[in-house]
Amino acid sequence: MSDLRIEGYEFKPGFKGMAKDTGSDQTMFKGVHWGKAMMWIFLLSDTFIFSCFLISYMKGRGSTIIDWPNPSEVFGLHVFGVDVPLLLIAIMTFVLITSSGTMALAVKYGYEKNKKMCGWLILATAIGGLTFVGMQAFEWGKLIHEGVRPWQNPFGAPQFGSFFFMITGFHGTHVSIGVIFLFIYAYKTFAGHYDQGKRGWFTTMKGDYVEIEILGLYWHFVDLVWVFIFAFFYLW
Amino acid sequence: MEKTKKQEQTSTHKIGIYLWIWGLLFVLSFFSYMVDWYQFQGMLRWSLILFFMFLKAGLIMAFFMHLYWERYALVNVLLWPMTAIACFIFLMVAEFEYTVFTRFFYFVVGG
Repeated sequence: MSDLRIEGYEFKPGFKGMAKDTGSDQTMFKGVHWGKAMMWIFLLSDTFIFSCFLISYMKGRGSTIIDWPNPSEVFGLHVFGVDVPLLLIAIMTFVLITSSGTMALAVKYGYEKNKKMCGWLILATAIGGLTFVGMQAFEWGKLIHEGVRPWQNPFGAPQFGSFFFMITGFHGTHVSIGVIFLFIYAYKTFAGHYDQGKRGWFTTMKGDYVEIEILGLYWHFVDLVWVFIFAFFYLW
Repeated sequence: MEKTKKQEQTSTHKIGIYLWIWGLLFVLSFFSYMVDWYQFQGMLRWSLILFFMFLKAGLIMAFFMHLYWERYALVNVLLWPMTAIACFIFLMVAEFEYTVFTRFFYFVVGG
């Protein structure tokens, strides 16, 4: 979503364009809003944090000689007299992808300066995120009730609990922070801060719909991390 | 003034592409859930999980996070550091294999 006209530099695709950008004066990411570039750098560092968690989980699970609990059974739900494997996790995944889609559309309508659609879609995203956090709290409660602790659990290898609480807890924290910001941004959108170029609370930056895209990057990243947690922790 | 005018003309994409990617993500998530539902085991399970995972991650990054339309200078700065994570994974695989070997040797076999 680069603005092709800023500073008179054309957008050249591929490695030629990259060489031109890196070899040029003053700014490397031409036409990329500084807030967006900084959000990407933050997400890169966050990627490393989550990678370290997942890699330590891999090492912990790989080096134990006691059987790892079967996630399909541990996270299964008993509904209407039937045991459904991973039911809650599947619903959580679908909720998070739904909210990711509404966020992508909010970014699109933001760039079209469609205040109403953008605001409602951000609100829908926030409610999706809230639902996700609620279901995660339910899952934590259920497991704690069944006796899962960071140092022991009734299903198998004692490391299971510590990795579970650490990884899903850190992800849940990210979702919760995202939900708070989504509600704030929904308010700011409806109040027209981005149309009027009103300044934020902690910044001299004038309000612009690019902020919706920056928030969208964060939200999609939260969804991206869940894709990896879902694959490695719940399915593996 | 000149600059704000320029920024207003940022490119936007058709709604169809977002809806397609959205639908694909639902379908892929459903497939990865089916991997567990039908209780595939062994290499088939792991390769299917990884395949759906990377496809979903790629779609989210490319289209929802707009990396597909982003300048190469930014894309490369973001993606190359991932090779460090791959290296770390290889190191830790060697590490846990050694750990599990010593645990078997001393706890089970008895040294």
